[in-house]
This record gives sequence, C-alpha cells and structure tokens, in this order.
Amino acid sequence: MSSAVETTSPHSAEAGHWGKEVRSDLHVAFEARDSGGVEISLESRVAPYYGSAIMEQTREVLAELGVKHARVVIHDEGALPFIIAARIEAAARRAGIALGKRSLPEQHPLPPPSPKDRMRRSRLYLPGSEPKYYVNASLHAPDAVILDLEDSVHRGEKDAARILVRNTLRAVEFGSCERMVRINQLPLGLEDLAEVVGESPDLILIPKVEQPEQVREVDRMIGEIKARHGIIRPIWIMPILESALGIENAFAVATASENVAALTIGLEDYTADLGVVKTVEGRESQYARSRVVNAAHAAGVQAIDSVYGDIGDLDGLRRWGEASRAAGFEGMGCVHPGQIRVIHEAFQPTAVEIEKARKVVAAFEEAQNKGFAVVSLGSKMIDPPVVQRALKLVERAKAMGAIRE
Amino acid sequence: MSNTLVERVELAHNAVGRAVPTIVNGKPQVPFPGVGKYQPHGRKAAPAISSNKDYPDTGDKRVVNLETALRKCGLRDGMVISNHHHLRDGDKVALMALEAAARIGVKDLMWFPSASFPSQEGAIALMEKGVIHHIEGSMNGPLGDYCTQGKMRGMGVLRSHGGRYQAIQDGEVHVDIAVIAAPTADSFGNADGSHGKSACGSLGFALADSTYADRVIVVTDNLAPFPCVPWQIQGNNVDFVVEVESIGDPAKIVSGTTQITRSPDRLRIAELVAKFLRAAGIMKNGFSFQAGAGGIALAFVEYLKQMMKEDGVKARFVRGGSTKFLVELLQEGLTDYILDGQTFDLDGVKSLASDPRHVATSPFTSYNYHGKGNFASLIDAVVLGATEVDVNFNANVVTHSDGRLLHGIGGWQNCLFAGCTILALPSFRDRIPVIVDEVTTMTGPGEMVDVVVTERGIAINPRRTDLLHNLIGSKLPIRPIQDIKAEVEKLCGKPARPKLGDRPCAVVKWVDGTVLDTVWQVS
Repeated sequence: MSSAVETTSPHSAEAGHWGKEVRSDLHVAFEARDSGGVEISLESRVAPYYGSAIMEQTREVLAELGVKHARVVIHDEGALPFIIAARIEAAARRAGIALGKRSLPEQHPLPPPSPKDRMRRSRLYLPGSEPKYYVNASLHAPDAVILDLEDSVHRGEKDAARILVRNTLRAVEFGSCERMVRINQLPLGLEDLAEVVGESPDLILIPKVEQPEQVREVDRMIGEIKARHGIIRPIWIMPILESALGIENAFAVATASENVAALTIGLEDYTADLGVVKTVEGRESQYARSRVVNAAHAAGVQAIDSVYGDIGDLDGLRRWGEASRAAGFEGMGCVHPGQIRVIHEAFQPTAVEIEKARKVVAAFEEAQNKGFAVVSLGSKMIDPPVVQRALKLVERAKAMGAIRE
Repeated sequence: MSNTLVERVELAHNAVGRAVPTIVNGKPQVPFPGVGKYQPHGRKAAPAISSNKDYPDTGDKRVVNLETALRKCGLRDGMVISNHHHLRDGDKVALMALEAAARIGVKDLMWFPSASFPSQEGAIALMEKGVIHHIEGSMNGPLGDYCTQGKMRGMGVLRSHGGRYQAIQDGEVHVDIAVIAAPTADSFGNADGSHGKSACGSLGFALADSTYADRVIVVTDNLAPFPCVPWQIQGNNVDFVVEVESIGDPAKIVSGTTQITRSPDRLRIAELVAKFLRAAGIMKNGFSFQAGAGGIALAFVEYLKQMMKEDGVKARFVRGGSTKFLVELLQEGLTDYILDGQTFDLDGVKSLASDPRHVATSPFTSYNYHGKGNFASLIDAVVLGATEVDVNFNANVVTHSDGRLLHGIGGWQNCLFAGCTILALPSFRDRIPVIVDEVTTMTGPGEMVDVVVTERGIAINPRRTDLLHNLIGSKLPIRPIQDIKAEVEKLCGKPARPKLGDRPCAVVKWVDGTVLDTVWQVS
C-alpha cells in the first residue's frame, strides 16, 4: 500500500491510496504545469468497464477546479465517482492550485431533518480516510453513522479526509441513519466545519471539550456557515468529554447552546488523563459516567456512552450496554457493524418495563378522554413525570420494533 | 500435428440464444436444446475386457516409477490422460505424470483434469512444447489466460463435475490413461483419501476414470499392506501402482481451518440467506442443504445453525464440500449425515475418516445427469456463488465480465437442480455491478436459479410464485432484481461492456453434454 501526504513541492502533490490491499480508493499524482493542457494517465482495476468514464470524470473535475495545465497520474482501485472527485481535488489543492474551488459530486436528496431527541442507541464510526466502508454502512442499520475526521485520520491526511467526508455527505445515501461528523479538536476543527457544514450534516461531535466556550465557538461557526448557505435545518452538537476538567464542566457544556442535543464521554482519553487503566468493568470511570448522565439530564439532553473496543467480545459488549442503559445512558458508539444489533438489544426496554409503561399510557389516555386532570392506575395516582417517561418509553419501544402494532 | 483451432468455426444458436460451435476438437456437438430437452441414446462406454492372467497373482502391481507405468500402459501421441483435483492446489501428481510423458517423448496429449489449479501452471510449458495439445477441464489463472488469449491449439471444454462423469460414461471423452493420486493405497491398487500424510478426504472425482479408462495408474506416498481399508477406488480397476516420496503439499491440500468471512457486508448476505430459508419454510425438520467452502457459505452455515437450534429443527442430511462447520452440525446432532463430495479442511478429513455418518460421495451418486436420478436434485436448498447474474436470473460462474476465465464450473451446474437454488453475492465488486443485463457467459439458465441474495436485498425469480407466496408479509428485504440492479448502477455508474473477440476458445457444456455457451478469445 502506498499512502500520500503533503509533499514539499508546491506544484506537484499526491492524494489517496493504491495497492493490492486497497479497495474503493485511488491514488492521484498531480503536477501543475504552465502550458500543454491536461494530460491524464490512468491505471485501473476496472478499466475495461469504467476506464473512459474515469477519464471523462477527471477532465470534468479538473475543469471545475479551474485547472488548465497539469499532468495527472491515477491509479484506481475501483473507487466510486464521489471518491475519485475528492482525491483529485485534494491532490490539486495540495499542489497549491485550485484553492477556493470545489468539485462537488451530484447531490443525493437530503433526508428529513433530525429531531433533537431522536433515538441514538448506536452510532457507527466510519474513518474519514477509508471510503470503502461508506456506501454500505446504512445497510447495517445503526441509528447514526459518524464520519470521523479526528482520531482515525492521520495528521497528514486531515485535508484530504475533510474533502472526502464532504463529498460523502453529499453523494451517499445513509437511509434512516442520522449523519454525524466528528471534527478535530479546535482550532483544527473549525477548518473541518468550513468544509462539511455546507452539506448539512445532522450533528457535529466536538472532541475533548472542556469549556462551554468551545461549544459556543463551534455553534457560532455552524450558524455563520448555515446562514451563508441558506441552510435552515438544524445541525445538532454532541460534545465529547474526555478529560477530568471536561467532566467537571459537564453541565456548563451541556447548556452552552440550545443546539447541544446530547453529551457523551470518551473513556480512552479520560482514563489516560487520570493516569489509570481502563478496565472492562469500568469502575475507574464510574464517577465520570454518572456525572455525564446527571449533567445531561439536568440540561434536558441525552447522555450517550463511549464505545466498547473489543469487537470480538459480544457478550462483554452486551453486559456493558445493559449496565450503561441502567445507568441512564441512551446509546453508545460502535466500532464495527457487528456490534450494532447487540447494542440495540441492550438498549431495548424489557418486556416488563414496556408493559408497565403501556398501562400508564392507557390510563393517561383514558384520563384525557374523560377530561380528568389526574391520572390514576388502579388505586394509585400517577405523577406527570411518570406519565411523560412512560409516553417516551412506549414511543421509543415502537421505534425499536419492540412493540408491534 | 494438426492445428485444430479452427479459424472459421461453424456456429449455431442454441435454445438460450447463444452462438455455439457445432464442432469442438473435431467432434460434432449438440447445441443446448433447453433444460431436460436432450434425449441421450445408445449404451454406456466401457473399457476393454481384462483378464486376471495378465496381472500378478500376488496382487502386487507396483512398478518402479510413473514413467515406467506410463510406458507399460502404452502411452502414445494423441492420447487422453486424466488427473483429479482432490489434492487441490497442493497436487504434484498431475505435473509429475505430464512431465514423465514429456520425457517419454509423446506429443499432442489431451489433458483431462477434473479441475486445474494455479500450481499446475507448468502445463503451459508442455503445451508450448507440443506435449499437450489442449485441456478439457476447468482452467483459471495463468492456464485460463493462456486459453482465452487463444494460445491453446484445441478448444477448451468446461464441464461440471457431473458433466465430466456424464462425458466419460457416455463415451464423449474416452480416457486412455487415468493417473490417480492416492493418499493411501495398497499394492493391489485399492486406494483411499482419508488417511496418510497427504490425506484429502474423498477421492470421488477419480471414480469415473477408474471405472471407464483403458488403463489406471495409482500413485501414492503412503503404501499400506493389503488391504487398504477403507477403499474408495477398487484395485480391480487398477493396472499399476507407483510409490513416490510425496503426492502433494499438505499445506495446500486442505486448509488447517476454513475461515468465515469477516466482511460485515458478506456476513449480512449470509444471514439474509439463512433468514430466507427460515422464512420460506424450507428450514424444517428433515430438510437438507448444501453450501460450499466460500466465506459467505461458511457464515451462512453458522447463522442457519443458530436458527435451527432456536427452532428445534434438525436436518436429515447436508452435502459438502465439508468443513469444520458442517462437522459441528453433525457432532451437535443437527444433521443425521454429511454426504461429502470433497473435503476442505482438517476437521472434515478427520470426521470423514472416523465418523460413519460422514459419507464420501462421488460425481456419480451426486451429480451425474445421465443416471437414474442423483442426490443433487433431492436437496431442498443450495447456496452458490456466481460472478454475474442477469435480470432473467441467468448466471455466469466461469468468466469475469471481461471474458477471462475465472473459475471452473465444479458442481455448480449440478446443484442448480436443488429444490431452491440461491445465489449469494455482493451486489458489486470493485465498482463492478454483479447484476447485469446479460451475462457474459451463460453457465446456468435462469429457469434454474430461484433466488439472488445480495447485501442490498433478496430477489426471487418471478417463476417461483410459491416462494413469493410463502414470503408475503415477511420483513425480509425482498425486491425485484431490476430494483437492486438500478440502485447499484446509480452508485457505480453503468459499466461499459468489454468487447469480446469473435473466435471461440472454449465451450461451456450443460450437464447433459450439450453446448450451453462459448468462451470467446479476449484481446
């Protein structure tokens, strides 16, 4: 495998990956010239089927980027068109030309806007530099996908990854999955926002948040870009607390903006910050987790748990997920599609809970119909918060398919 | 030496609209007239009558080496020499035999392997030297390229495992000398594959050759004193026994363990197949199924096993290619029998050798279409792969979309006769859509393919109104095949059709010996 990072010469650069092990990606070597027009050389494992389509697309992308003279050498490993466009654009920008210009792939119609308190049991991480995972991610039916620009992307690949993620948001259908992007820590994260917000992601995760001001900064920038693009649908924020200080400021962070929809915790960095070992039982993070749950609920937003890193241990994942739900979390991250079903099962209310909630809901509806202010079940009076919780539980259980109608 | 690659081949259009040669390697052919439309006649082929007076009373048929055995068999120019692929990519015997023939100095042999493997690339040099005239048998990798580049002097003939048995039995192919690699044998020629350092499991592919060839040589690296028990090849059919240091590379004969796919998309396909069998009511007590050793097939077995346990369902028999995963079904009481055509991993080999419920079968019992029935049609469901399938459910398993030979047919065609034939495929590979308007090479007619399962949904052949009816109200993603195709083309773009040449370099036979399609030379 060969990988490309920014090169020293301003007029020649490369982007992307190629090699025997690489799938659904390509490598673009770009050399800006002063004259001679555009010269393209292509090697592709799908050349008999898409060779001329790739050549044609390359010419179109270069024209959109305003490139008139260049030599472009492409090694293609079966990349889809939105990936090809992203890699060519990244290489051109690295070569110091086409700055401020974009080549956007055809836009897939946007899904409906995401409600603030939508179900977020599972969010599947998709590395921002691994395009092969994108087009089939929604088939595994996580509640959300996260296009990640932070930890899964090498420092030297950030620029190319944000172009790729932008194109992915635009061109890939994620079905009913919420479309999330994890940006980098500020200030680098602001450059990510500049590239991706225009494509209306549903939610932005901000890593390593310690102060409410960081959330406000992101929120402001999102607002500005939205205004520039005329975007009116919401873009929610999920701050990730990953340090002792971040945990201490949980409530202030959760209330920093109306657009914060959920609060989550990153246990790898948190345990590192404490200088303790991260264990399967998680006793070392019990306080932090409880603090996040409490702050989130106090702020009226969702509490979302970290990831379970051992993809081979589904039993451990199930135990973690069940404990997590019992502690007040509403979901967690997934690092592999195989984790999704287990997480969904773990976060599903039990049959007993559902039954009880349905009785409360029935009593509530009866009281509504009869015009009673007070809801009672048998001889017991039901407090309004209990009714609200029951209504939400029944609604969620229906969405999860745990109640068939 | 005649150059039989006919430059101007007469073509006829068969029942599925494919242009096929009317003469192949000098023999007149029947264009495919439709499934079940060809009526064979005449009597089966038979070797000459032998007499015990020509064989030692001691039963010791050993000769010093393979070259001597071939000479004693009367090897001469233009003969048909056969080998078998039960040692898979680890086989050393086929090249050993062909190179011995080269040393003897004969020319223009027809090599007739039950399948060829990349390690047999040496056959190309023998074709260049004129020792081998052409190959009738599966070709892929370098051998496949040699054929599709039009370099072979004769035409390739691709047959299914059952079709190979049928061709020998019916006398379409007369084997002059069969050379059988045997992991264990005695000096009388009884041979078996379940024991020895090169143990491979069943020797079923060699059965037809041992019965119908004029001369039979058994080559072993594990000579047992008479009797070799059990024996799958009967020494009564064997002329000579040759002992060698090694018949193959054990590491490449069987895998230590076969691996389930880890690709989430392929796992999803496997799970959808299992769910389909359950939802369609096929997974029920006493049912049977067959799945190969590919990553999706193995994962399918694991998912199905879980569902069988949940529903308390037990199979009567399963058909291998056996692997650890089928062996576990047997050991956990989820099937009464494994009927095994070939054995892919060490657990399979061990089980075949030790468990009487794990039974070796042959292309005669399982796959031969010119018999009085076969096991393949008794199976309730089979899970197969393919390189392409078209909107009419016709499928291609032998060529890539660019026309290069990619796989042999194996038992694939024969398995199409199962109660429910399921193709389990990713909807695209490296941007190339798998569902096409028209397959490059017709290997299975669409009327034989019932279900196509991809990660994007399940397409049921509209002919199977019964399956469609059983699945009304199912939550499975059942979609018209055109829908899945359109979705994938939207993602990938519609691929250009690579231009194929107009010179036939091989033919694909149907299970009854008629010609189903042509493989054209690629540029």
